[in-house]
Amino acid sequence: MLESQPLLCARAVTKVFPGTVALDGVDFTLRAGEVHALLGENGAGKSTLIKCLSGALRRDDGDILLEGKAIDPRSTLEAQDLGIGCVYQEVNLLPNLTVAENLFLGHQPTRFGMVRTRVMNEKARACLAQYDLDIDVTRNLDSYSVAIRQVIAIARAVSLSGKVLILDEPTASLDAHEVAMLFKVVRSLRDRGLGIVFISHFLDQVFEISDSLTILRNGQLVGSERAANIDRVQLVNMMLGRELQQETRSTGRTDVRTGSPAIRFRSFGRARRVAPFDLDIREGEVIGMAGLLGSGRTETAELLFGIAPHDSGSAEDGEGRLRLDSPRAAIAHGFGFCPEDRKSDGIIGDLSVRENIILALQARLGWMRALPAREQAAMVKDFIRKLDIRTSDMEKPVGQLSGGNQQKVILARWLATNPRFLILDEPTRGIDVGAHAEIIRLIEDLCEKGMSLLVISSEFDELVTYSHRVIVVRDRRHVAELTGAEITTESMVASIAATGSQGDAA
Amino acid sequence: MNARLLPLLATVAIFLAAYAICYAQFPAMLSTRVIGNLLTDNAFLGIVAVGMTFVILSGGIDLSVGAVIAFSGVFIAVVLRETNLPPPLVFLLLLAITTSFGAFMGAVIHYLEMPPFIVTLAGMFLARGAAYLLTLDSVPITHPVFSQIQDLYYLMPGGGRLTLIGGLMLAVVLGGMLLAHRTRFGTNVYALGGGVQAARLMGVPVGRTTIAIYALSGMLAGLSGIVFAIYTSAGYPLATVGVELDAIAAVVIGGTLLTGGSGYIFGTFIGVMIMGLIQTYIIFDGTLSSWWTKIVIGILLFSFIVLQKGLVWISSRERVRPAGAK
Repeated sequence: MLESQPLLCARAVTKVFPGTVALDGVDFTLRAGEVHALLGENGAGKSTLIKCLSGALRRDDGDILLEGKAIDPRSTLEAQDLGIGCVYQEVNLLPNLTVAENLFLGHQPTRFGMVRTRVMNEKARACLAQYDLDIDVTRNLDSYSVAIRQVIAIARAVSLSGKVLILDEPTASLDAHEVAMLFKVVRSLRDRGLGIVFISHFLDQVFEISDSLTILRNGQLVGSERAANIDRVQLVNMMLGRELQQETRSTGRTDVRTGSPAIRFRSFGRARRVAPFDLDIREGEVIGMAGLLGSGRTETAELLFGIAPHDSGSAEDGEGRLRLDSPRAAIAHGFGFCPEDRKSDGIIGDLSVRENIILALQARLGWMRALPAREQAAMVKDFIRKLDIRTSDMEKPVGQLSGGNQQKVILARWLATNPRFLILDEPTRGIDVGAHAEIIRLIEDLCEKGMSLLVISSEFDELVTYSHRVIVVRDRRHVAELTGAEITTESMVASIAATGSQGDAA
Repeated sequence: MNARLLPLLATVAIFLAAYAICYAQFPAMLSTRVIGNLLTDNAFLGIVAVGMTFVILSGGIDLSVGAVIAFSGVFIAVVLRETNLPPPLVFLLLLAITTSFGAFMGAVIHYLEMPPFIVTLAGMFLARGAAYLLTLDSVPITHPVFSQIQDLYYLMPGGGRLTLIGGLMLAVVLGGMLLAHRTRFGTNVYALGGGVQAARLMGVPVGRTTIAIYALSGMLAGLSGIVFAIYTSAGYPLATVGVELDAIAAVVIGGTLLTGGSGYIFGTFIGVMIMGLIQTYIIFDGTLSSWWTKIVIGILLFSFIVLQKGLVWISSRERVRPAGAK
């Protein structure tokens, strides 16, 4: 295998965005007739790499060789003509055109300038027959399911490019049956000699379909291996950037909270987002949530907070059922949520520190009852002091604060509403070490005061320090619950790396 | 059957039902004379509505066409009065002007990434202003060629006259159907209406197509202006105010989705015919105010918007069900 010339080869590819190095000298080698999985957490550089390969972005440095020849695609069309096709997560086809038109748009067979519809439909049927897809190609694309559209998108990419096929999270919104259908297609293409790059967060699927794996982290290459030579634990450790034999003896907090749960969720779930789960939340308890990106951790938080309303199960507290079908309803029940991507979902950069903190409280009061300016100022001053928010002035736009201080402003916003249950999604991402420790101290303080917290983090060591319990999520399911002494980084990694069947048993 | 055909079928059904009602009350309405007049009287609207259909299919809007028709009439009348240019040359000159005007608006929409609504609104003021610049009065057209053209017709069995301008409208509709449904350009228009981002990723030349769409609309507005000048034998800068809205109404009643991506040129033709039929009915009745036309068109528009929303809702439900059942 090694002696054969690689199909696609990237050497020391570098891409710099203002403020960050998205790709730092990454090598990537794809052979003909293999499925090569590209893995990594958020911000690892996966999508930047495939965008450089598919012409959507231009690299700043490094070489890309296709069949030994240096290439420099300036657009996706140019890459397509060279033989590199890309199918994105949200299928980029046109729902209002017929299946045949989608397959041949821009390449329709014509005679005297007129499209030969019958010939085109015939060719479309023949093309899809290769994928064992027997559908009416004269119907609009939007009459078919996402899985079938994926296959059509693949068929289009293959017929237009035909050497390299890049699949960016093609299975993200498919069910098991549809994934099986898609994988059959992918395998048959591999057997035809195509090189396929496969991006997925589902480890089961990665091991099922891939011949090779390349792992990225923080824009750097962590490793590239044959799939047969690597096991799940190694893989998870590589993705999380932990040393293989790193000994961490620390375990979780043992002061287990007892007493009846304050909020009970029963078979709470949403089809295609998170499998139904049970969850009890006790007063003053910190529940950690561990999992890889796309495993269902953020989806769980959005489900609990009503952003993506649940379609099965129920939630109740001591007084009765809770309606949680919108963020407003969740806030009314005393829930709070600090999202992972605070820049786009959390803070409003142009508004001042004061306005950002007041926001949720005002939303709860309704627009009729404005908070008096003096009350606002007193409250905000209090939070700035208590949370140690470093700002010269409470009227300063939040966008000018550092990441850690922005995070504290969002925390203050929710604390102002005095919630009983606060969800923090990656509260320590992208903030400096000092602020990191302060946020953790804050989490501990809050639960001392009786507030319940759900903290999502990919920093497993951090979860160990403050969690009473840790829920492990994988493949959109809650697969394990660890308490007390069971909470170690090793046990979390092991639960994530467990195969599907073991996960079911857990 | 494709759900997209439903609005078209609804339009045709409404037209046939309306015609049946008219016939029941006034049997004289089922004659080639009435049909001939229907085509002649609505020729200018039909032609401009075909151009509007392309624009709306691509997800845009063209508010300038009514003003462009008025400008065309004034331009023809004034140039024929002031110069000795032969009418065919004047027509060609005018079509060149309105086509480049449309292309210019398309270029502004594409390259400056401006909403079509604003750009063509500016175009509407420009064209109307240009018409006033040429003259403030109604200018009669006395050129002999015009009366010759007006006398050209094909005598249908039953005594109805298919005039040249009526026939021209039918030809434009047929040409539009071929262009929309049988060419790569037509598919690209639908593609833009389905989603500009996806269309671009699939290799649709977005800029070229956008410019061509507005150029086509401008050209057909010019052609419609020529037809209107022949129809009225005059150029008047205050003419055809609000015709762009009539054209949009005809397109929507014809079953085209206002957000783009779905619809048929033939539907637009039927939409124009429905609007013409209502007017004919009012003339036959003789006691109804002509404002009833507006009221009926308003009711039809509302029902079509509701019908389209309903269809979108049904098709999205249909898609989810089989996937969720697995």
